[in-house]
Amino acid sequence: MSTSQASNRRKPPFAVVTRPGSSLRNKTGPWGIQKPVWDWEKCTGCNTCEAICPEGCIRHLEKKQYEADYDYCKGCGMCAAACPVNAITMTTEHR
Amino acid sequence: MRKMIEGSRAVAEAVALCRPDVISAYPITPQTHIVEDLSQMVADGQLDAEYIRVESEHSAASACLGAVAAGSRAYSATTSQGMMLMIEVLYNIAGMRLPLVITGVNRALSAPLSIWNDQQDTMGIRDTGWLQLYAENSQDALDMHIQAYKIAEDDRVLLPVMVCMDGFVLTHTYESVDMPEQEQVDAFLPRYNPLYRLDPEDPYTLGAFVGPEAYHEVRYVLQQDCLGAKEVVKEVARDFQKAFGRWSGDVIDTYHCDDAETIVVALGTLVGTLKDWVDARRAEGQKVGVVKLRCFRPFPGEELVEAVSGAKQVVVLEKAVSVGAQGIVASELRSALYGKATVPVACSFVGLGGRDITFDTIDEACKRAGDGETEFFAGLRTEVLEEA
Amino acid sequence: MATKPFTYDISRGFLPGHRACAGCGQAAAVRMVMEIAAPNCVVTNATGCLEVFSTPYPESAWGVPWLHSLFENSASIASGVEAALRKQGRLENTRVLAFGGDGGTVDIGFGALSGMLERGHDILYVCYDNEAYMNTGVQRSGATPYAASTTTSPAGRASFGEDHPKKNLPAICAAHGIPYVATASMAFFADLKRKVRKALGIRGPKYIHVHVPCPPGWGYPEKDTVEIGKLAVETGLFPLVEWEDGEVTRVRKIKRLPVEEYLKPQRRFRHLFRTEEGKAKLAEIQAIADSNIEKYGLAG
Ligand SMILES: Cc1ncc(C[n+]2csc(CCOP(=O)(O)OP(=O)(O)O)c2C)c(N)n1
Ligand code: SF4
Ligand code: SF4
Ligand SMILES: [Mg+2]
Repeated sequence: MSTSQASNRRKPPFAVVTRPGSSLRNKTGPWGIQKPVWDWEKCTGCNTCEAICPEGCIRHLEKKQYEADYDYCKGCGMCAAACPVNAITMTTEHR
Repeated sequence: MRKMIEGSRAVAEAVALCRPDVISAYPITPQTHIVEDLSQMVADGQLDAEYIRVESEHSAASACLGAVAAGSRAYSATTSQGMMLMIEVLYNIAGMRLPLVITGVNRALSAPLSIWNDQQDTMGIRDTGWLQLYAENSQDALDMHIQAYKIAEDDRVLLPVMVCMDGFVLTHTYESVDMPEQEQVDAFLPRYNPLYRLDPEDPYTLGAFVGPEAYHEVRYVLQQDCLGAKEVVKEVARDFQKAFGRWSGDVIDTYHCDDAETIVVALGTLVGTLKDWVDARRAEGQKVGVVKLRCFRPFPGEELVEAVSGAKQVVVLEKAVSVGAQGIVASELRSALYGKATVPVACSFVGLGGRDITFDTIDEACKRAGDGETEFFAGLRTEVLEEA
Repeated sequence: MATKPFTYDISRGFLPGHRACAGCGQAAAVRMVMEIAAPNCVVTNATGCLEVFSTPYPESAWGVPWLHSLFENSASIASGVEAALRKQGRLENTRVLAFGGDGGTVDIGFGALSGMLERGHDILYVCYDNEAYMNTGVQRSGATPYAASTTTSPAGRASFGEDHPKKNLPAICAAHGIPYVATASMAFFADLKRKVRKALGIRGPKYIHVHVPCPPGWGYPEKDTVEIGKLAVETGLFPLVEWEDGEVTRVRKIKRLPVEEYLKPQRRFRHLFRTEEGKAKLAEIQAIADSNIEKYGLAG
């Protein structure tokens, strides 16, 4: 496609190519009941949670502040379990 | 330029003229001369291509798959056991719509081990989605490779093409061929300009898995495009004639079929033998003709029906057996004829594992067909069975 | 406090919305690798969990060009991609990565991998080792550890599960004399990222074998993926080693925890804790860890 400037060329045959990042339409948030909530007072900013989340849905806001995108968080609890200072609690009472 | 060269050499030079970026192959008799010649061209700096010396045919086909997906023109060649090892990848290449060209040298399948010619290998991959062209002689094989890339890379097709050539009979035989000039080929076959390729600037996913909600449609589109490729094969044949001043054949070609009572159908080098046979039998007053099935996939049903409908009988000479069922070409021809013409079609298996196909074999096949036999082995040496 | 909406750019290489099980160690590891490798790379992927959970048409979690063909040919298609990019003059600024599971790498894709390494392609092959064929339902692979119960090496009255130790594929790769081989674990993410960065800075064939715990396949609570991954390393059962040009150049020293600490929380080993014969197997597993510790000098 980057190589085909001419618009009169055919589209790729059906289902042969898939658009990058199109998984974003699949919101995996409903998979999990519990969600992580951070105690920013306790957080040391070590970045472990962000690094190990299999979904890549934790973001670093500023120095010692993280939060998860509940649209994609599957509620696995890895972030909470891995946090060295127990700054993350898994709860059904989020938001 | 005219030259007297080996069939494998003719193919290697034709492939080189097509300027493949990547070549990957694994040696197997009788495909070896082709890939050895190409290796030498790369080693001598005559051919500017990446030659990947893989550890198996599965990887040869896979490396070519990767190369074409990355936007390069690629080439491979194999035969027999190598073709069988490739099968999984062959389906994949067609399904991913990657326009690779492979030479399918024809050789028998093991067991028992045999290095000699028949067409059980390429016939065995007929359902993969690959287009298949069968060469009658070296010139044909040479021309077909140049056309194959043009067909495969056409936006309307985007399917791989296999040029099938009989092992030893063609690969190891010296014939005089007209080798085109590089400029001619360049003008006919521009550099590959892929519709999509692996590119970080435009990062598409190739080879996603497809569930029941769309797989059926993927196969539907594949089937439509493969059937539709027939017109492109014809168009490219005409363009080739314009560019090179030589007609190298349509999806089928006929030889003395107009008034023929018996029409013999065959693929590959056998067609050459059959033409001589027709000349000989016509001289004796027999009304016989030959249909050369040049393009077997997509199957040129309409063209075949038109060519054979006027005959009293059709005899298909098959160098492959669909074991436990019928002759492959014969049954496809019968179903093409269904409801359109009533000419009987007999299937005679011939020449398996390198058995010579003589005029006697052909006469036997026609005689037995005339006697009403529909499926049989001609040229069977019953004494071999008895001795055992 | 009004928060900004979350945004995801494809330049991160691997995006949310994929369908890996909650707590998947493999998905976590892929994210870590892609954080270093994206965006100027091409990824090839063998059939397996990763391929399936990341690309159910019409969705793809990939933000980089990605190619899947078959189960056993990730290394071969990557070889073709690399050759094509080189021919096109695109290899200078495009890294080629080939991904496969342990089954696709240690077993069915082994010949293709060896060929790729031997031919010297400029490719980083990453094996995501969850120690069984997870995508098809936890059948054993050549990377399944000794005495683990899988669906094809089940523990039973006459069996203690897998009866052969894990194939040491990283050492076999190193024996090809390639510039760089490393084992890594998703639980040691900084170490993994360092190794990926190091590998991508080297031209030629590289191999990284990443240990990726799998909650449903191994049978432990999904929150514990990092903990289980750490225990595998700290017991000596999964040594973290680097080889350069065939020689061991660096290892991670470990705490030398008893293997029971790693095995006990996992369903695939629970049969070992139920009988006296099982306890004998535990001793054999401890011997495997001890021999790793000795062989690679892991004791701190
Ligand atoms: C030739 C072939 N044989 C078998 C399969 C079935 N199959 C698909 S994925 C898979 C297991 C994958 O295991 P692994 O490589 O360890 O990846 P994982 O799913 O564990 O991440 C198997 C056996 C296949 N797709 N192709
Ligand atoms: S619970 Fe799991 S998915 Fe959710 S943010 Fe934590 S690590 Fe990520
Ligand atoms: S089965 Fe295991 S490896 Fe596969 S997606 Fe689930 S957690 Fe990941
Ligand atoms: Mg696995």
